[in-house]
Amino acid sequence: MSYQTLGIWIGALFTLCILSFLYKDNPFYKFAEHVFVGISAGYGVALQYHNVFLPNLWRPLMAGNLLMIIPLIMGGLLFTRFFANISWLSRWSIGMLIGIYSGIAIIGFGSGDLVSQIHGNLLPLWGTDLFTALNNWILTVGLIACLVYFFFSKEHKGSFGVVARMGIYFLMISFGASFGYTVMSRMSLLIGRFYYLYGDWLNILPQ
Amino acid sequence: MRKFLEIINTLDRRWIFVFIGLAVSLPLFFPIGIKFSVSHPVQGFYHTIEKIPDGSKILMSCDFDPGSMPELYPMTITALEQMFRKDLKVIITCLWPAGPPLVERALAHVGAEYNKQKGIDYVHLGFKEGKEVVMVSMGASIPNTFPTDYHGTPVSEIPIMQGVTNYREVAMLVNISAGYPGTKEWVQQVQSRYQIDIVSGCTAVSAPEYYPYYQTGQLKGLLGGMKGAAEYEKLVGIMGLGTRGMDAQSVSHLMVFAFILIGNLAYFILKFMKRKESV
Repeated sequence: MSYQTLGIWIGALFTLCILSFLYKDNPFYKFAEHVFVGISAGYGVALQYHNVFLPNLWRPLMAGNLLMIIPLIMGGLLFTRFFANISWLSRWSIGMLIGIYSGIAIIGFGSGDLVSQIHGNLLPLWGTDLFTALNNWILTVGLIACLVYFFFSKEHKGSFGVVARMGIYFLMISFGASFGYTVMSRMSLLIGRFYYLYGDWLNILPQ
Repeated sequence: MRKFLEIINTLDRRWIFVFIGLAVSLPLFFPIGIKFSVSHPVQGFYHTIEKIPDGSKILMSCDFDPGSMPELYPMTITALEQMFRKDLKVIITCLWPAGPPLVERALAHVGAEYNKQKGIDYVHLGFKEGKEVVMVSMGASIPNTFPTDYHGTPVSEIPIMQGVTNYREVAMLVNISAGYPGTKEWVQQVQSRYQIDIVSGCTAVSAPEYYPYYQTGQLKGLLGGMKGAAEYEKLVGIMGLGTRGMDAQSVSHLMVFAFILIGNLAYFILKFMKRKESV
């Protein structure tokens, strides 16, 4: 038996162990679940060591780049969380991480989402072909109705309430579309697993 | 009638699993060949790549792992086919830790089919931790962000990487995305700053979140899930995993639809009958 065949058999048996949960919880499922968690954690640690720690910190430091002492110290401070009396030191590193990520995320959201999406929703309601105009009307009315629904400073009554109610309907339609896509995604995963079992493992699928 | 409705209402969910299992399995053995058309977002994906001059360099970020392989691996294969047919030079990165082995597998498969050479026609730069920070850092310098390729070869020694400093030297970005970090972050961090054309192939779950980006033109094309992969295969002209899964996908969707319909009908009819009896 080649390593490839062995790999396929192991993959297939673990797939069956996981699928057995559909009947009910059982030791085979738990075994597969624990193996998966263990391997993922081990893979993650090894990957971070080889892919992040060595090339980004250790090797440059050993090559004489003394600036790398700063990230070494900041990284080391994170481990002070294990010692209650000096755990406050880790806040400096965490604060730096949060600051950097917040800065990057805010700039990205501002230019990539907020401005572009507002710009993209200022659409012509007249002067285009009928189908485009209809689409633009639906989008604009839907957008306004949803914004009204999320405006809580005024009670949802009267004409304001009617528009807010319309916003709920638009939201429900969007949730339905999302659910449909979610079903499609989960079915695809199932099809992928069945392909693996029938094709790669049992080799009984028609060519 | 009432007994039947009560059985439906209290049906053990494992029966539903059995029916779904059959709905997925049978079309794999007995293909129906259900017809499907190609949607605009998929055409956008295909034509954006087609418009790139032959021989240009393209950045491809494969941000997925085995968990989303059935949906995203077929897209990866088809995208590589289209790019290699046009003799585009492909620079591949991964922002998901378990992505690189899948990229290696795809390159081994498609690269060999088109006689493409590692380092000359394509390079796999591997995984880099840092998510959005990596994207921003690549805007300053791709060689500094990825000093070596997946196999440890310094990028300065890789022919395809000569003259590549940042996003200015690549014609466009092809992103295959399973979630975070993925298409949303590429649009936010890269498209808006560097005005680079981006097309995305994503899981069906993420597709509704990315459609607004397609509507605003921030994404030039979008493949949503296995259906998107199948439509794309149709355009490229290959019979891949996406197309072969479409029958099973369609039948299983009909089955889910039927269950929702029957379940709701049974619930409301039974409720109506009980109300009538109490009156």
